[in-house]
This record gives sequence, structure tokens and C-alpha cells, in this order.
Amino acid sequence: MSAAISIENLTKDYQVGFWRKRPYRALDRLSLDVQPGEIFGFLGPNGAGKTTTLKLLMQLIFPTSGRAEILGRPVGDVAVRQRIGYLPENPYFYDYLTAEELLHYFGHLFGYSRADVRARAARLLDRVGIGAERRRQQLRKYSKGMIQRVGIAQALLNDPEVIFLDEPTSGLDPLGRREVRSLILELRDQGRTVFFSSHILADAEALCSRVAVVAGGRLAATGRLSDMLAFEIRGWELVIADLRPEVLARVAAQLQKSTEISPHRYALELPFEVPPERILADLTATGAKLVSLNPLRDTLEDFFVRRVAEVGEGARAPRKAEADAGD
Amino acid sequence: MRAISWIAVNVFKESVRDRVPYNLALFAVLMIASSFLIGQLTAGQDVKIIKDLGLAAIVVFGLFIAIFIGIGLVSKEVERRSIYSLLSKPIGRPQFVVGKYAGLVLTLAVNVGVMTVALYAVLGCLTYIQTPAARAAWDAPGVDPRLLEAIALIFVELMIVTAVALFFSTFSTPLLAAALTFGLFIVGHFNTDLKNFDKIVDSRPAIWVARAVYHTVPDFSAFDIKTEVVHGLPVAAGYLIATAGYGFAYISALLVVSVLVFARRDFK
Repeated sequence: MSAAISIENLTKDYQVGFWRKRPYRALDRLSLDVQPGEIFGFLGPNGAGKTTTLKLLMQLIFPTSGRAEILGRPVGDVAVRQRIGYLPENPYFYDYLTAEELLHYFGHLFGYSRADVRARAARLLDRVGIGAERRRQQLRKYSKGMIQRVGIAQALLNDPEVIFLDEPTSGLDPLGRREVRSLILELRDQGRTVFFSSHILADAEALCSRVAVVAGGRLAATGRLSDMLAFEIRGWELVIADLRPEVLARVAAQLQKSTEISPHRYALELPFEVPPERILADLTATGAKLVSLNPLRDTLEDFFVRRVAEVGEGARAPRKAEADAGD
Repeated sequence: MRAISWIAVNVFKESVRDRVPYNLALFAVLMIASSFLIGQLTAGQDVKIIKDLGLAAIVVFGLFIAIFIGIGLVSKEVERRSIYSLLSKPIGRPQFVVGKYAGLVLTLAVNVGVMTVALYAVLGCLTYIQTPAARAAWDAPGVDPRLLEAIALIFVELMIVTAVALFFSTFSTPLLAAALTFGLFIVGHFNTDLKNFDKIVDSRPAIWVARAVYHTVPDFSAFDIKTEVVHGLPVAAGYLIATAGYGFAYISALLVVSVLVFARRDFK
């Protein structure tokens, strides 16, 4: 099956500085594929290159080098935009229009008939929770969260096969965030591909089948969330009952941490290298009882922080030869 | 074509909601007030002055719309980032530029049309209240259909100004675009002087620069036939057609360059 989104060595340099221009690499040889029907999380701290990537995919900016395809077509092909939806970060729309008028306007750009445009707009505004009265107000009277909802509605106007969402939960209250999450899952269930960028890791953990982490304009990691975090088991946690303090003192050197939960009941943390079976055998031989044994996995946040720190910010200035080759 | 027309309609809607029609109310008030004043101050020249004033007011008000809306056509979309969601729709950048231009031309057409009707209404009233003897002394009839010739060329001139404003707006800030457009408008009105620069200056480089500017900057003075129309002097049909043709050629060239500039622009 061909990828819904295919990115190969995508690089973007900007010239910065007023008098003495110097290159600044916003995105450095990014390569990744997104499969049809998956929710792909594009994660990274602020300034990592997430929005740059999305703008490159939308052809709002042009790459210095590399290429990208959506649904097998180059991103520059205007026809492919008939099949995609895009929510920009902190969207802004024509504030003299009402939500209804905005969707009608965009609907006409897709070439839909007047009746079709009206039906689509009404359905989507219902879906994102913009009531009948509010949708006839000019957008200048909308809150940030309401604008975000209108932004999601316009991104779905053409029943897109691939949806790009740049920080879709930004500016939303907890209820709004939950609604957006459920909408994204609904889109996946309908077989659509969702590519969303975020720095809110909880959203990625709740939604994504695969993620990519970018930092300093570079790809820091990519893969299935389950594989990524399973690989990152960093130790074991044993909960032991009837454990006597002198027995605990005997094994203390092998533990990372011990916490007394209640009298004679302890939570013991072992490093990954120490087999839990051996300590467990020692402890149970003294009459202690195993309550639970769990692997200690990294959260996405732990993984993210570590990878971002590893990549660092050293990637920003391209080597001269690379910059020349891209021109 | 369909996308261009929807973009144009949206520009028109924006100008209406941004209270551009107030411009028309101001024009009507100015015309009515000035005609009352002029009627009391002058003898026999009133109809010429009202025609002159009316045509000049159409230029000034049209210029105001063309520059101040024109410079924001593209830059406002980029600054406010509304262009992000618009360009993610199935429209090309050339369609965007042409649609924006067409929208402002539509706004101008409605404005110039309403101002023309207001001018004719004032002239109609003036003709009605004058004696036949006073009317006979006029160089041209009060409600003179030839005013439309002058207004048609004014409209083409405003279309060029809009294209210039749009062109500057594709790569510069609104303030700079306004200054450049206004500057070009002024220079364009003195373009004929640049043609004859070699008669008053000896320096070859200065003459070359003047000639280069003469050939590059639109010759706005060619569109000014107000004096001829007001005084009932003939203007050849061939001149009108050739001048309008020159205007449309200049507009086409500007739109092509605007599209080329805009086509490779990054929206950071």
C-alpha cells in the first residue's frame, strides 16, 4: 500500500539577519512516511520545525531541497488539495464573515453546488458545536476556542482523505480538547489519515498509532508509539508485603528506590539490568509475599524529553556545501 | 474562473463590510454642497466647475479606494495568516492574485458607477433650474453623455493604480506599498515631462534614466481628458480606444509580474 504522505530529505533554510545574511536551517533532511488510515503524531517542542513541515506540505513555503508527496501526488499539485484538509496553527479567518459564510465561501472554492455547500456547512458546524445562533455572528465576535472549532470545520469541509491539523487542541478548554480527540478518532474510524502536530503529549498518547519526534529541525525518533515506549522499559517495580526491614537492608544495594507504602509493605524499584526473579526469590525465601510485579516504562514525556535533549539545537546552521546544493 | 469569481466576491464583501460605501455618502454630500455654493458664487461657469469638481472627486475617491484597499489585498491576508487556509484549498496562487484584483475592480466599478449617477443627478438639477438662455451659453450640455468618456478613462486609470498597489502588495509592507503606489501615481501624471527631459538637461545618464522611467511608469496623464470633455472639445474615438488598450496592456503586464512574484513567495 502506498503511503498517504511521503516526505524525503525535506530541508528548509531561511536567510536571517539584516545586513549580514546567514542561513538558518528550519528543517533538516526530514524523511518519513504516513500510512493511509493512521493517526500520525508529529511531536516536538516549540520551534522544532513542526509548522515548517506542515507549511511545506501545504506549499505555503517552498523547500530548499527534498521532496514530499500527498496521496501519491507532489505537494505542488493543486488538484491534490481537493482531497486534503488543513487546520493551521492559531488559525485566523476573515473576521467580517460569519462562520456560515466562511464555510460557504470555502465550499464554493471546492466547486460544490450552493445546496451542497449549505448542507456541508450546517452538518460540520453542528459537529464542532457551533450553534444555529452563533454561526450567524461575524467571526470577530468569536473566542479563540470558537475560532479553533470553525477552523476544524473548514478543514473537514471536503470530506478529506488526509487531514493535517497543526496544534488542533491549542486554545481549547478541557471539554473542547476531549471533543477534538473524539473527532480525530472518528475520522480514523472512517478510514481517513490524520497527521497532527502537537506539543501536548497527552493528546499523542491518547490518539496516535505512530509518532515522529522532531527537535532542532531534525527527526529525533519515529515509530509506533507502543514499540517506542515498550523498547524503553527502564526497570521493574515490585510490590512486596510482609517484608522485614533487615531483609530489605540486605537487598538495598541492588534497588534504585524503595518506598514504604504501609507497615511491612514496600514498593521496590529495580534497574532494568537486575533480573527481578533473583531478588524475588531471595525475598520470598524470607516469608515476604509478592503483591505485584510491573515493568517500569517511560512515558511519552520521558522519551520525548530525552530525545529532544539528545538532538539538541546544534542543527540550525547548514554546512555551506549543503546550502549551495539546495539552491 | 469559478474560484477567481468567488475570491472576487469575497473581496467585494469585505470592502462593503469595512464601510467603504461611506465613501460614496461623502462624495454625494460633497457634490451637493459644492453645487449649492458654486451656484451662488459664479455666473455662467457653474456647470463647468461642477463637472470639473465631480470628475476630480471621482479620481480622488477612486484613488483612495484603489490604494488603501489595494495595498492590503495580499499583505493583509499574509499578515493575518488567513491565506494559510485559503491556499490549502484547490486554488492556484495565480487565481488568488487575479481574484483579489477582480474583487477590487468590482468594488471600484460599483463606487465609480454610484459616483457617476450622483454627478449626473446634480448636473440634472442644475440644468433643470437654469433658464434656456443660460443653458445655451454652456460649451456642452449639462447632462453631457460625453462625461462618460472621461469617466471610462478615469476608471481604466484607477484599474492601473489598483494593479500597481496589488503588485507592490505582493512583496512589501502596506505602508511602503502605499507610498510607492502614490509616488508612481504622481510621477505617472508628469510622465510627459520625462519624455522631453533631454531638452532641459545635458547629462546623458540623467536622460537615460528619465527615458527608462518614462517607458516603465504608466503614463497617467494620457487618461486625463477632463478639460476636453468639460469644455466640449472633441476627443477622437481612436484616442479613447488606444489609451484604454494601453491601460489594459499595462494592467496585464502588472498582473503577470505580480503572479510571478507571488508564485514563489514563502509565507513564513
